[in-house]
Order: sequence, then C-alpha cells, then structure tokens
Amino acid sequence: MFTPETHLLLSLIIPLVGMVGIALASKAPNIREGVTLVTAVLLCLNVFSILPHVLDGLTPAVTLLEVMPGITLALKVEPLGMTFAMVASSLWIINSVYSIGYMRGNNEPRQTGFYVCFAIAISATMGIAFSGNLLTLFIFYEILTLSTYPLVTHKMNAAALKGGRIYLGILIGTSIGLLLPAIIWTYMLTGTLDFVKGGILSGYASAGVATVLLFLFMYGIGKAALMPIHRWLPAAMVAPTPVSALLHAVAVVKAGVFAVLKVVIYIFGIDFLAETGASGWLTWVAAYTLIAASVVALTKDNLKSRLAYSTISQLAYVVLGASMATSMAVAGGALQIVMHAFGKITLFFCAGAIYTAVHKTEISDMQGLGRKMPITFIAFLIGSLSIIGLPPLGGSWSKFYLMVGAADADEVILMVVLLVSSLLNIAYLLPIVVRGFFFAPPGTREALIAPGHETSGFSWKNVQEAPLFCVLPPVITAGACVVLFFLADPIFRLIEPILTP
Amino acid sequence: MSAWSSQFPILVVLLPLLAAPVCALFRGTVLPWLLTTIISALSFYLSIELMAQVLDGGTISYHLGGWAPPWGIEYVVDLLSAFMLILISGISTGVLLFARESIARETRPEQLGLFFAAYLLALTGMLGICITGDAFNVFVFLAVMSLSSYALIAMGARNDRRALTAAFQYLIIGTIGATFYLIGVGLIYLMTGTLNIADIATRFTDIEGTRPILAAVGFIVMGICIKLALFPFHVWLPNGYTYAPSIVTAFFAGTATKVSVYLLIRFIYTVFGPDFAFGGLALTDFLMPLAVAGFLSMSVVAIFQTNVKRILAYSSVAQLGYLTLGIALASEAGLTATIVHIFNHAIVKTGLFLSVGCMFFVVGSAWLKDLEGIGRLMPITTFGFVLGGLGLIGVPLTPGFISKWYLVSAAFERGDFIGYSLVALLMVSSLLAVIYIWRIVEVAYFRDPPDHAVRKEAPLSLLIPTWIFILGSFYFGVETSFSVGIAKAAAAFLTGGA
Repeated sequence: MFTPETHLLLSLIIPLVGMVGIALASKAPNIREGVTLVTAVLLCLNVFSILPHVLDGLTPAVTLLEVMPGITLALKVEPLGMTFAMVASSLWIINSVYSIGYMRGNNEPRQTGFYVCFAIAISATMGIAFSGNLLTLFIFYEILTLSTYPLVTHKMNAAALKGGRIYLGILIGTSIGLLLPAIIWTYMLTGTLDFVKGGILSGYASAGVATVLLFLFMYGIGKAALMPIHRWLPAAMVAPTPVSALLHAVAVVKAGVFAVLKVVIYIFGIDFLAETGASGWLTWVAAYTLIAASVVALTKDNLKSRLAYSTISQLAYVVLGASMATSMAVAGGALQIVMHAFGKITLFFCAGAIYTAVHKTEISDMQGLGRKMPITFIAFLIGSLSIIGLPPLGGSWSKFYLMVGAADADEVILMVVLLVSSLLNIAYLLPIVVRGFFFAPPGTREALIAPGHETSGFSWKNVQEAPLFCVLPPVITAGACVVLFFLADPIFRLIEPILTP
Repeated sequence: MSAWSSQFPILVVLLPLLAAPVCALFRGTVLPWLLTTIISALSFYLSIELMAQVLDGGTISYHLGGWAPPWGIEYVVDLLSAFMLILISGISTGVLLFARESIARETRPEQLGLFFAAYLLALTGMLGICITGDAFNVFVFLAVMSLSSYALIAMGARNDRRALTAAFQYLIIGTIGATFYLIGVGLIYLMTGTLNIADIATRFTDIEGTRPILAAVGFIVMGICIKLALFPFHVWLPNGYTYAPSIVTAFFAGTATKVSVYLLIRFIYTVFGPDFAFGGLALTDFLMPLAVAGFLSMSVVAIFQTNVKRILAYSSVAQLGYLTLGIALASEAGLTATIVHIFNHAIVKTGLFLSVGCMFFVVGSAWLKDLEGIGRLMPITTFGFVLGGLGLIGVPLTPGFISKWYLVSAAFERGDFIGYSLVALLMVSSLLAVIYIWRIVEVAYFRDPPDHAVRKEAPLSLLIPTWIFILGSFYFGVETSFSVGIAKAAAAFLTGGA
C-alpha cells in the first residue's frame, strides 16, 4: 500500500496522532479509550507491514532533518530494531486493554494525561527501535525518559515525588553525564554516528580508549539498569501497574538493553570488542548484577518490588550476552529482549489484577489467594516458568543461547552463574504461586483431613477475579509465552543477518 | 547598493536613539509602548537587511559623517556584529510584544513614557556597542546602555523597594567596570594614537610587549569581565535581575551580558589577536579557572535560591561561565561554541523569564512559596516554563543541547587532561541545572495550590510572546543552520586573522 519508508515514518506519527485524539476526547472516556485501542492496533499493523521488507534483506531508511552540519536525525530499520518494535507495538494493544480495566477499576484520576503520555512514550519507543544513528537514539531515549516521568509520578503524592526524583535523577543524570559525552567522543574520533554493521570504532580507538568509551556507554544507558545504577527501576514502581507492565518491563528497560546491543553491535562491533577485550569488565559487572539482583528480589515482600529486581536481573542477561562478544551470546541477548518482555508483562499484569481485585501488594498477604483468583495465578505460573527458562516456554531459548554463548567463549564460571541464577529465579518466583494455591489465607487454618478423604476446595463460587479487562491480558500474554517457544526459529532467522559479518 | 540601504548601519542605531526623547514626552499606557515596539521592530528589520548585505558582499564599513577612518568614527558590520544586532533587536522586539500589560502593572503609569525612553536608550547602547568600530565609541555606548539600565532596574521599586539598592549596586560595580575599560582604551590611545579598532589592530603587534599595552589589556579585560558578570564579579546581576520589572529582566537576560561577551571576543580576536592573547598573555590561565568556578559554583548557588527569578539569574551567571570557557579554550571550535551559545541561551532564557513574567503578572510574586501548585492554576504558562527549563538543561531537540554539543566537542578537541576534566565538569554542571529546574517543577506540580486560589491564566498578550520564544527555542534546537552556520562562519572569520 505504502512504501516501507512511509510505514517507517508512520510508526512514529500514528501514536502522536492518537495522542491528539486522546487529548481531544478527554471529556468522553469511552471514545478516548477507543482512540487508544484503534491507535494501538493501527500501529501494530503498520509495524508488522514493514517486516516482509526486512525479511527480504531491505533496510528502509529515512533522513528527517540535519540537526547539525553532518549530523542527521535519521531512521533506519534493521532486524534488531524490527524485533523490538514488533514486541513493543503488539504488547501496547494488550496493555491498552489492561490499562482500561486497571485505571477504571481503581478510579484513578487524570486518566487523559495518562493515555497522552503513554502515546508519546510509545512513539519515542518506536523512534528508539528505528533509530538510524546514535544521536537519533539519544534524542528518543531522552524523550522516553521525560514522557514517562509524569506516568511514574501519576499519583502525585509524596511517594510518587520521591520515586520520580530517583527515576529522573538517575536516568537523566547518567544519560547527560555519561552517554552524551560518549556520543560526542565517538563523533570526535570517527566523524560519524551511524549504525554500521561491524562497528565504526575499529581503527579509530585504542584498546584503552575503547574500554573507557564502553564504560561511558554502558553506565550512560541507565535504562539497562546495570548495578549500581539500577535504583530507578524499583523507584518507578510507584507508577500505576500498566505503566510498570509496559514501560518498566518492556518499553523503557528494553530500550536500555536494546541500546546496549545497538552500541555493541553497530558502534563497537563484536569483533572489535573481542580483539581488544574492552568488554571483559562488563561481563563481570553483568554477572554480578544478575546474581545480586536475584538475591535482593528474594528479600522483597512487595510483589512489584520483587518483580522490579527480577527485571534488573533479567536485563543483565542481555548485557551479559552483549559483553561476551560471541554471536551466539548476542543472539541470546536479542532473544531475551523478546522472551522476557512477554514473561514479565504477564507477571505485572497479574500483580495489577491482584491489586485491582483485592488491593493487596505484599506477597505475604497473598497466601491462599490462588483459590480466589485461579486464572490470574495460573497465568502468573506460566510467566514465571518462562522467565525461569523452562520448556516449552519462550524464555528457555534465550537462556539456551546464552549458555551456548558462554560455552563458546569457554567461560565455565559464567555457565555456573547462569545456572545459579536460574535456581534463584525459581526461588523467588515460584513460592508466590505455591503459597497462593497451597497455603491457607492469612489468619485462617485448614482443617486437618485424613488421607484419602481430600476433596477439592475449589469452587467457582469462591472465585473473585479482577474485571475482565484486567484478567484477559495476562492470559493472552501467558499464551504468547507458549507460542513463542515455537517461534524462536523465525525470530532467530530474522536477527541472524546482524550476527554474521 | 542603493543610497538608502547604504545608510542602514547608522539607521539601526539612530532610530532608537532619536525615538527615545520623543517617547519620554508621550503620556498614557499605549503610545510609548507602541512607538518603542515599532522602532525596535524597524531595528530588527534593518539588522536582518544588514546581515543579508554582509552575507552578500562581506564586511560593511560605514563612515560616520563621511569622515574617513581613522579620523572619523567607523561603523563595522561583520558577520559577528550582524549576528549580535539581529539577536539584540529580535529579543527586544519579542519582549516588547509582551510588555504592554506586564509593565503597566509593574511601574507607575505616569512613568511609562520615561520607562520606554530608557528602554530605547538601552537598546541603542547595545546595538551601538556591537556595530561600532571605534574603541572610544564603544565606551560611549556602554555608558548609554548602563545608565539607562540602572534606571530600568530601579523602576521595579513599585513592587519591591529592594530594586533601588539593586540598581545602586549595579551602578557602582558597573561604573568601576566602565572606568577600567576607559583607562585601558586611554592607554592604548597613548601608545597607538588611534581609537579605531581596525587601526589599533594593525599597529598592535609592534607594541604588544610594552608595559602600557599590558596594563591596557589588563584594564580592558577586567573591565569587560565586570560588565560581563563573570564570576566573581557577578554580585550585581542576581539582585538586578530579581528586582527589576519582568520585561527588563527578560530583555537584559538575553542581551546585556551577551554584549559584553561580544566585546571580549572582539578585543581578543580583532584587537589583541589570539596569538598574543593566548600565547604571550596566557589569558586562558586567567579566564578558564574563573569560568569553571563560575559555572560550577553558581549552579550550586542557584539550587538553594527561593525566588524563581533569582534561580534563573544565578543560572545566567553560570551560563556566562560556559560562554567564557568557550573563549578561553582558544580554538575555533571553542569560539563557535560561545557564539552558538550566545544565541541559544538568549532565546531560552528570555522565554523562561517571560513565563516567570506571566506568573508574576497573575500571582504578583516570583517567590517559590507563592508559586505552589502553579502548574494546576496556570497550566499553559507552567508547561511553557518546563519546556524552557528543558532547553536550559540541554535536553536534545532544544538549543541548549546544540550549545552543549559544541562546547563539549571543543573541550574534547583539546585532547589533554584538562580537556577531559572540562568535559566532566561541564556534565556535572548540566546535572546541577536539572536539579534547580526540577525544584521549580516540583513546587509547581506537586504542592497543592493555596485554598482560595482559582485557575487563571495570564492574558493572551503575555502568553503568545512567551510561547513564541518557547517554540522558537525548539525551532532553533532542530533547525540550526542559522545559529550554527553563522557562528561557524564568524568563528572562522575571526580566527582566520581578520
């Protein structure tokens, strides 16, 4: 219908047009939510219509304007960005459905502003996914930070203010303080900021400079939540759950690790990193983050906090994959972006559904809740298993490729780290489900029943699920986790071209 | 060139000068304002025409009264001065669009004629400094600008009588600065026998090592630095900006100190020559520490202020540190950064002060405690302020980002330890900007407005000019061919040994 270049531009424009529509319909909530849904569906269709061109090996590109002499604002579709955009745009549909259920179910104020900021954030996410050079990436990265700030502070109380400060302080602080100098330095060294297969730094930077630059990039991209700059993510959990679900499990954090992959693959180049060994330290920082965040997650009783630390740990998988500088590990990192997105959004959807239905946020209060909310808890179980990495769920593939990558690089210790981490994942995720189903609700005791006389305590009468709009989304995404197990090969083939020189 | 357009260099200065006494005779609230706005807009138009002439046919030399230099006074319009003319007259015109209702509320009505007369004189002074090619004539215009600005700042006394002490403080310090400058020019005249800048420049290399010249350079640089409010000579600025009427602050924040930066560039690059200024004299060793100390310490001080105008004023002193740093880097890249930032900061800061002006118009105060919850009472104004604040922080797509890019590039270009340290310090300073801007944002949005407060926006005559600057700043944050293009060309011209 349109040229791929038009579709590319439309990916940014559709959410913005939707935003205007949402703002205009602020007095009519049903129309407003209708606009959100239609926009989300249109965006998703639009993004997927670019896919065939990418599979044909094309890289549609558009130069928007020249910001400074020689430095342009440019969009370009490449396989990795295509993957990220597909994940974000398809999950936006489901998340919009969920937002409607959650925001109405909880009678949240200022809903128009909420949907407006959401649309801007999605547009910025598309910009990140399709950015053609580092400057473009940086610009949309900052827009994403700023547009999500009102979402994080949506409740506008003291806790939101504090969370917002940490959120903005760390994300803006690292991006302006470290990422921007890294970008300018790269430009000074190479005279270009374009994403080029095989990297642009090779031949311009010594091993020492490359190490410093990599440090600036990795800590400049605060959204990747590498320790010790991870604190913004738990702080962002003061936001309404749909925000935590789509933005702080998918769009924002994935934008971070996506940027990490882009920088490693297209700015440094895997081979250049492997030659110089500049990423050696990063492997260990990522491994540390991976384990430490999991351990912290164990100690958190607040469900969203636990999920946040789990996200930090899961993001470190991607950074780990990037840092190992082997193509298998990078593939694992890229797959992890997709697989973790579906798994984690499921868990957040469930957390929000629980909050909407019974207003509980602490895990210790959720004992026995699985009997009241069986659908939610089963979805939670599936999401958990995917994140842990058990077949037949999507998450198993990313862990598999990372293991292969570690083996390729002869890193026995890293294989142990991955193993321990999986065990920790089990330890902090599964008890939530187990307690939900098998423990008595707090304050009550199960009557002792003689062996052989057990009856099912389950009855549909006791079920007290959240509204349909809150329950359906986690079911869909949990189902997607299963489907993705069988789709790993197509996704791998899509991103394969960037791994082979 | 037609006879008419060849007179543009003098007309651009003469129009506001002649209009000033006429304005002083006018009574009422509309007439003085209208005349001033028209004259300012005419100057703006003439400045654009001059820029077109310069781009077309190179530097313009205009001989006042037909007397050939070096005997007569020469006006010189090169790229940099045309750039400054456009900036000054443009900002002035934009601020004047805002002025009518705002100033009527902040001064006594019977003084309006005098107020706008002083405004026109200040405009004359600034334009004159940038266009003249005569070192003594610079002093004359400096005096015109300064004297009228003391009066303008004192006009704020209707709201807060501290405006009087602020004006007096500025008077004392400003006079010291001007006197230093005059002593320096006197010494140069003693040694060269000429006041024409181009003429001085040609004779300068022969005598540059002599003691009177060294003293002259010292006096001139010191004098300009005082006028420029370079840390630690800045004490007059925050008071002046805080207590002056809103439009005066908006006008001066974008232009007054920038004129001094222009003078510093002019003297270092055109008169002293960069080889002498940075080689023989090592001005970098003098300017750079002050610049760095300035932008760091003033950003910290800004964080702890409780008046929005004062926060922005200290931020201005910090920005002057950036501007001076660009000069002190002694490279074409550094100079480009300074010129770009003169333009960018002027637009952003004017927009910010105008939005504060809107709040002041409605609330009658710029103290943070009186602006609690202003984001809900005046959503359009406050949102404009936030956007302007992002420009100050240097978020991409805003002009502040472009400036930062060039300044950091220039620091990287040094390639030594000092260069890398400067990059780090610049980044620290931008983060401090995040803090002082966000303090205001939090007060505006997260505090509850006072109980009896009602939602009330500033009138459109204030909002529209404010938003012109805010949106204009975003335009120039993306479309940089004018600002960066001219700055690059001007920097190349100046460093090319002109």
